[in-house]
Amino acid sequence: MDGLDASVPTISPHRPLSVSVATFGALMWSGFRRYATYRQATVAGSFTNIVFGFLRCYVLLAVAASAAGGLAGGYGPRQLATFVWVGQGLLNVVGIWGWNDLAERIRTGDIAADLLRPVPPVTAYLAADLGRSGYQMLTRFAPPVVVGALAFPLVAPSRWQTVPLFAASVMLAVVGSFGCRYLVNATAYWLGDARGPLMFWTLGAGVLAGLYFPLRLLPEWLTITLWVATPIPGLLQTPLDVLVERDGPALQAGLVALQAIWAVIMVALAGLVQRRAERRLVVQGG
Amino acid sequence: MADLKPYVALIGGRFRSATAYRTSFAVELITNAGGTAVDVSTVFVLFHAAKVVGGFTLGEALMMTGLTASGFVLADLTVGNIDQLKTYIRMGTLDAVLVRPLGVLPQLVIADLPLRKLMRFVVGSAVLIVAIARNDIAWTAGKVVLLVTAPLAGAVFFGAIFVLSAGLAFWWVESGEVGAAFTYGGRDFTSYPITVYGTWFRTLFAYGLGFGFVSYHPALTLLGRADPLGLPAWAGYLSPLVALAAAGIAGLVWRTGVRHYRSTGS
Repeated sequence: MDGLDASVPTISPHRPLSVSVATFGALMWSGFRRYATYRQATVAGSFTNIVFGFLRCYVLLAVAASAAGGLAGGYGPRQLATFVWVGQGLLNVVGIWGWNDLAERIRTGDIAADLLRPVPPVTAYLAADLGRSGYQMLTRFAPPVVVGALAFPLVAPSRWQTVPLFAASVMLAVVGSFGCRYLVNATAYWLGDARGPLMFWTLGAGVLAGLYFPLRLLPEWLTITLWVATPIPGLLQTPLDVLVERDGPALQAGLVALQAIWAVIMVALAGLVQRRAERRLVVQGG
Repeated sequence: MADLKPYVALIGGRFRSATAYRTSFAVELITNAGGTAVDVSTVFVLFHAAKVVGGFTLGEALMMTGLTASGFVLADLTVGNIDQLKTYIRMGTLDAVLVRPLGVLPQLVIADLPLRKLMRFVVGSAVLIVAIARNDIAWTAGKVVLLVTAPLAGAVFFGAIFVLSAGLAFWWVESGEVGAAFTYGGRDFTSYPITVYGTWFRTLFAYGLGFGFVSYHPALTLLGRADPLGLPAWAGYLSPLVALAAAGIAGLVWRTGVRHYRSTGS
């Protein structure tokens, strides 16, 4: 046992920052590697993203073609096509759907083991999720965007600040999406099983994030309400609006700021709910 | 009736597991109805932005949406859960299904009780009724028959697509979401007039894969509208034939798949 001691990597205020950063990085890397093992699933998923890209793009372009002034919701045809295809590329990076790891561990009681670990669950899952999104960015983003660019005319950003704002917005979308999914999964602490809330989330997030149609097609008061009162438009609509430069520079930056506020609120709320749940947790047998 | 006993026992077990967590199950029920409602509201939102899309008005397009919604719901309600096949293969659960002296497909179909999808049927039928009310249809005996057969043919067709998509997992376990491109993608494709799609994409989906006969052509016949793409009016009556052909192919592929299956050993 020479050279080994009982110390474990941990993230806590009592430790030097470098140790916390190294631990967080290791957890991110494990999240990255976990998804890198499903290479065939990556190909299969991209294929499906591309088919849905064609479906949504054609429908929205047909709407724009017969709308007044050729604009649907204030977007021109090139902006709409860019919105759809980059949206298909981001869908898995942001990872709105299909995460039930936490709910499953609560249902089976495995969560008890997570609570014994030196890293709080929200931090550990956030690190793994950032690793996952990094892998998806490398593999899932490009295929739909490339196919879309070959099949339809897309727009390139014209302002210098658009690309860095878009990058920040994507990061915030990943963090915000993680916070939302964590909260939905955490309902399992109280309900025993989160299948219902997860389905509800899948449905609501798809439509309110702007996946099925840009939210700008809705009446203006409704769009603003959704943006201000819920974190969901920040998961997809905000980065896409920033990229296609739907609004002036001030509003473009303002939307990212709003998105940042919501991302912080959701992760803080996830931490709060987790601590509340731990106090009342009764682990199921099995 | 003795033959049905084991199936009844299986359904009973699934019923108890589905309702074990009551609140979660209630949310599932409501969400399922909401799923179809969201698809339909999307059509309304898009037609709010433009009065005419692809040469059709909202009322006319609703006929296609309604036929698709009711046909898809019927298929989803009965064989929709077959898309879990890839999970059963990976986990080795399929081996347990194969050793039982019961049909493989029926067992998988009831493996996840579709009770929570019942609400969808209500919404799907409601859309079709609204579509009929909004359009001025010159009823004939043929059209009444078409109105009844089109959703059923659509259900058989979507059922075949569900089985084909799921059967992909016999050859390619990590087929992931590929099936969804044709099941849910097919539903989205047939919810709108096919005139909105680009030429090669439309030809592939509508005629290469047969989705054009699920709702577009039957709706045109019901509405008494000539096809802007040039197919004759009786094309609407072809949907049962297309559905049966799809079901035949799906059955063949499924049998081949089951015979091809080698356990993962897990």
